[in-house]
Amino acid sequence: MTMRYSFGGDEHVFVEISEAMSLEAFFKALSVTNAIREEGLKGITEICPANASFQVKFDPDLIRPDDLLREIRRLDEVADQASPMLATRIVEIPVLYRDPWTHETQMRFRERHQDPNSTDLEFAAAINGFASVDGFIDAHSGAPWFVSMVGFVSGLPFLYQMVDRSRQIQVPKYLRPRTDTPKLTVGYGGCFSCIYSVRGAGGYQMFGITPMPIYDPEQRTSYLKDFMVFFRPGDIVKWKRISREEYDECTARVEAGRFEPRVRDVVFSLEEFNRDMDGTNRRLEETLHAN
Amino acid sequence: MPIEVISAGLSTTIQDLGRPGYYHLGIPVGGAMDRLALRAANLLVGNPEEAACLEAVFMGPELRFTQDALVAVTGAELPPLVDGTEMEGWASFPVKAGQVLGFDYLRSGARAYIAVAGGIDTPPALGSRSTYAIGSLGGIDGRPIAPGDRLPVGAASGANSGGRRVPEELRRACGACCELRVMTGLYWHRIVEDSARGFFDDTWTVAPEADRMGYRFQGGRALRFVDREPPFGAGSDPSNITDACYPYGSIQVPSGTEPIVLHRDAVSGGGYCMIGTVISADMDLIGQLQPHTETRFVEVDMETALRARRERQEMLAGIRNRLS
Repeated sequence: MTMRYSFGGDEHVFVEISEAMSLEAFFKALSVTNAIREEGLKGITEICPANASFQVKFDPDLIRPDDLLREIRRLDEVADQASPMLATRIVEIPVLYRDPWTHETQMRFRERHQDPNSTDLEFAAAINGFASVDGFIDAHSGAPWFVSMVGFVSGLPFLYQMVDRSRQIQVPKYLRPRTDTPKLTVGYGGCFSCIYSVRGAGGYQMFGITPMPIYDPEQRTSYLKDFMVFFRPGDIVKWKRISREEYDECTARVEAGRFEPRVRDVVFSLEEFNRDMDGTNRRLEETLHAN
Repeated sequence: MPIEVISAGLSTTIQDLGRPGYYHLGIPVGGAMDRLALRAANLLVGNPEEAACLEAVFMGPELRFTQDALVAVTGAELPPLVDGTEMEGWASFPVKAGQVLGFDYLRSGARAYIAVAGGIDTPPALGSRSTYAIGSLGGIDGRPIAPGDRLPVGAASGANSGGRRVPEELRRACGACCELRVMTGLYWHRIVEDSARGFFDDTWTVAPEADRMGYRFQGGRALRFVDREPPFGAGSDPSNITDACYPYGSIQVPSGTEPIVLHRDAVSGGGYCMIGTVISADMDLIGQLQPHTETRFVEVDMETALRARRERQEMLAGIRNRLS
């Protein structure tokens, strides 16, 4: 991978690891940004990993831009020599696919869609060669996903599926962005899934909704009392397909402060994954469901 | 004793100098669009420079004071009125319990900063009182102020009895046209060379879509992109990239038509290529641009950007000297 370094004005260094998305590029972004964080350089105010790039914000009164760039290049080489292992967690996220709320929103903005006569799921299934929406949902909720970036707006995760590129789902965004998206919509655009952390504008196709809040500025949600944002880059997510009854039950438990997400610590090795993707994913899922 | 909001203005928010450190989670720094004006307003009433103020856009609120207070209004030329009597901008003045602070119509600029001795004392969120409305964070319930709100005010230092003013030469003018200095970079190489020159040659105007998230510009020639095979994950439009971080001040040009400069409440990332970044010294200025203002982008290098940054710091140092 050829890294491309650029200054974003006098306060940012922007590094593109690869033009194309890949797990390797994401891992590189995560390992270099972790190395920069651990180095504790004076004058750095924000360290932001993204899908296949990263950004560092700095105060040029405290560190000279060229000095910072040199440090980042050095840490980038160090990170290259480390084996791509990641101590992280796997999280189960319940999803009600084909829910009534995103369906209603889809119908309101149908003229902005590529295929006004189908639903977002029907469209995505068809263009990815699936015979049925159910088969498509099986693929989306089958293999796990990496949170490859948190951002756009508060706590919104971008997710990249842990499968070979030939099995990656790809779906274009809406022709024109919607002005509304229900909170906690599970969306899809390009090769990324996402969860809309707040209600608002959006261009991703809408597949379903999760009852599990992932951003709570008031910190009333039981598992967001320590910090208002649930996701971190590097989290692994497994979608769990749920029924309307399970959705309602889950929502009630969230409101009563009795919902605890299923979370397990895992160590992920990129080499092991590349040798045996299905086997690695199976072991991850076993860990998720072990007590 | 709080300040009562009679009317709220257009979109008046509580702002301080923001909450750095959470951009990697999609929570932007926020804070005053015009930081220098906020610092000056606080200095005028004897507050710490980073105290929370009200940021009023285009139109002022009406506020009833329930106790005597020292107030200053800086930034846009939005003349303050105490019970209908005009007060000087960029100067501190007393408001008595029971009096109403209102505003005349906007003369120039876009955002006025209203400081009250003691500072607006709403509960901080992630270390800042700044209102980030998209994420319902900070301020009052994460939203702009509304009629009926009662704004808590902290204890004033008591060291300042009023009558301070920022001299004319240290107030930054908000002109009828403006130049924004830009460092090219990021995905600048995606633009065809002759079309890239057009970006700096053309005169742009501020579009009506101009808010705390970003300022959109229109009227210049469309940018053309270098042909390519779309990289996996980037999307099919030539202006698309694999979703990446957006620097503050970065300029994205969706489909090549209307540049958007991201500001304090920036979306932290997305899938549009950016062609450069407005330098830190000119970010405050953007916050004072009205829709339809003519704007030119001027290319500068890092050295010029850092020199401009020092000049802004010297201007602030000058204000500190005069007011301390």
